[in-house]
Amino acid sequence: MEKFRKNLVLCAGTGCVAGGSMKVRDALREEIKKKGLEKDINLSLAACSGSCSEGPVLSVYPDEVFYQKLTAEDIPKLVEEHFVNERLYEKLIMREPEEKSSIPAMKDIPFFRYQVLRVLRNKGLIDPEKIEEYIARDGYQAAAKALTEMTQEDIIKVVKDSGLRGRGGAGFPTGLKWEFASKVSSDVKYMLCNGDEGDPGAFMDRSVMEADPHSVIEGMIIGAKAIGAHNGYIYVRAEYPLAVKRLQMAIDMATEMGLLGKDILGTGFDFELEIYLGAGAFVCGEETALMRSIEGKRGMPRPRPPFPAQKGLWDKPSVLNNVETLAQIAPIILNGADWYRTLGTEKSAGTKVFALTGAVNNVGLVEVPMGIPLRTIIYDIGAGMRKGRKFKAVQLGGPSGGCIPEGLLDIPVTYEDIVATGAIIGSGGMVVMDDNTCMVGTAKFFLGFTADESCGKCVPCRVGTRILLDILTDITEGKGREEDMATLEDLGRDIIATSLCGLGQTAPNPVLTTLRYFRDEYESHIRHKWCKAGVCRDLTTFWIDEKLCKACGACLRACPSKAIVGEKKVPHKIIQELCVHCRTCYETCKFSSIKILPAGFEGDPYELLGSEAKGEAKGGNE
Amino acid sequence: MARLTIDDLRKIKEKQSSDFSLRKGGYSAKVTVHMGTCGIAAGARDVMSALTEEVTKAGMDNIIVTTSGCAGLCAREPLATVEIINHPPVRYCDLNGEKMREIFKEHILGGNPVEKYALVRGCETTY
Repeated sequence: MEKFRKNLVLCAGTGCVAGGSMKVRDALREEIKKKGLEKDINLSLAACSGSCSEGPVLSVYPDEVFYQKLTAEDIPKLVEEHFVNERLYEKLIMREPEEKSSIPAMKDIPFFRYQVLRVLRNKGLIDPEKIEEYIARDGYQAAAKALTEMTQEDIIKVVKDSGLRGRGGAGFPTGLKWEFASKVSSDVKYMLCNGDEGDPGAFMDRSVMEADPHSVIEGMIIGAKAIGAHNGYIYVRAEYPLAVKRLQMAIDMATEMGLLGKDILGTGFDFELEIYLGAGAFVCGEETALMRSIEGKRGMPRPRPPFPAQKGLWDKPSVLNNVETLAQIAPIILNGADWYRTLGTEKSAGTKVFALTGAVNNVGLVEVPMGIPLRTIIYDIGAGMRKGRKFKAVQLGGPSGGCIPEGLLDIPVTYEDIVATGAIIGSGGMVVMDDNTCMVGTAKFFLGFTADESCGKCVPCRVGTRILLDILTDITEGKGREEDMATLEDLGRDIIATSLCGLGQTAPNPVLTTLRYFRDEYESHIRHKWCKAGVCRDLTTFWIDEKLCKACGACLRACPSKAIVGEKKVPHKIIQELCVHCRTCYETCKFSSIKILPAGFEGDPYELLGSEAKGEAKGGNE
Repeated sequence: MARLTIDDLRKIKEKQSSDFSLRKGGYSAKVTVHMGTCGIAAGARDVMSALTEEVTKAGMDNIIVTTSGCAGLCAREPLATVEIINHPPVRYCDLNGEKMREIFKEHILGGNPVEKYALVRGCETTY
């Protein structure tokens, strides 16, 4: 790493940025360059330290000097004094750099420190029902710029150069999609937004539509200009009532103020926007099915090509973008492609929003630069595992995604790296699972979902997912056969290769990734009738280790079928004939004295668990 | 409302930023209750009613009470952010009506943040 004489840290909190941090940054860069100090001085942006009322704030290290209330005009003098003459620029020195408070600052809490908000730039700051508040935070400035100063080609070029890829899951370059549609000549074209968020555990799009509906509308206006569309639809599921309400209010207000409809902002450009409510079918998130659904037909996909850019909604050229993709557009237009690329990696530029859920402490909606390691998201932002439990897997991409094990947590979150694991980034659902999770059961859960949601049009998906589900169900009920694992893999690959749309083409991923990373669990289910997580009822025997039992009576009281006997100072026992395998005792015991053995186990538990512990230790060393 | 021109956009931006900047608008405090689906499900409406009740009771007309969407940390909802003039915003978590009343008295009227309910101070990062 290069060593700099000085390290400057400029606050990039929303408060300081609103106060002009970015102009100060540009002025600093320019001045540093002018004075030939690029090799001496490093400038970086950082999280808020809580001096918001003094902002924009600049910290200089190693001097430990803090400047406050900076403007771009101050910078030449400041640079001259502090970095050339090595004298403090007294006028702007902050005397009490940090407000004395025992409340931690944003930069002190990993949940906030590692996040950078672009899509969620107005998160928690504006009232989504007041268009003025959106406008106050540079709202509709990008649309104004796109409609007045930019040609279709200009817009497409910026979006292409930014490297923005579709955030709905497939990761197709947004600029390229727009270019295809712009080149098709047609009197009618459609600009569409996909708000049919259907992955279990995902709530990114809902939050954006609820918290900042105008950011989506503005992205659509810009997209409409780029492709030459004058009509658009936002497809939202009816299960998102608050999102629908706020979107509708936003559309009404924007229309009333001339930001939608005829002659937008007096520029002569027309764009009419409507909401279309989906009925919650998962397949309607697939683009061709979504378009059929808007046409009033049954939501079923059709083969591509022709792609929607040629023949989409009502056979007219159409572009469909995800909510999050559209919310990224306005800042890209305002700040440029290079700005967008300051975060992320070469092929995965910018930021991505994730819905972090499951067994982590900080369940929430987070936005991070692409390329951040999964481990940082789970252990820093997510603050680690809830109740101190052990991490088992993280599920990315919902029913189309896969489960990533502990050993791969250091890979960066980019489209390519995640695909290499067998999972996908998908729309951004991130479900963290602990050691109480059965991975065969997890695969079964997702297959149950996709088998249910398969529209039935093509055989591989309709029949294939059902067969996968049946096999998985057999395995979890103790009817698994050795050859099932090979069948699951073969059939899974066939379904991927031959299904018509994205639903079938990705549905086997949860099975294939769990087989890849948690094969031992399948083997233990099939060969030993043993679900070590204690989830599959038919594959467990709950047993109390008398050496650990403190005879506290907690499990005895909690057992719903009165299957536990014992008294004070006498270790408790489970009467196997009465046990219904509900796990209640297992979760109640504070001393980990309840162990999970294979179904119908009759040998020596100590021997079995002892060899298991050894095997695990050995496995861990490998 | 009249149809906007690009110049109007700029004017609204300027007007709003001075309206909502506490200093210029003559306000002493701004309280934002975060009311996304997650916040509402966790009880943000109770927090909001307690707050508006206290504001009315105290007869304060220089406090902005407003709402916004999800603040991101769903695990700690309901969340609210209190900004007092010349101090960094303080975000409170795991709120209910009672806690909000206490915060109103201590922080909004008294100027002392209620540390036991506070999650974080400052602004989130954007660049």
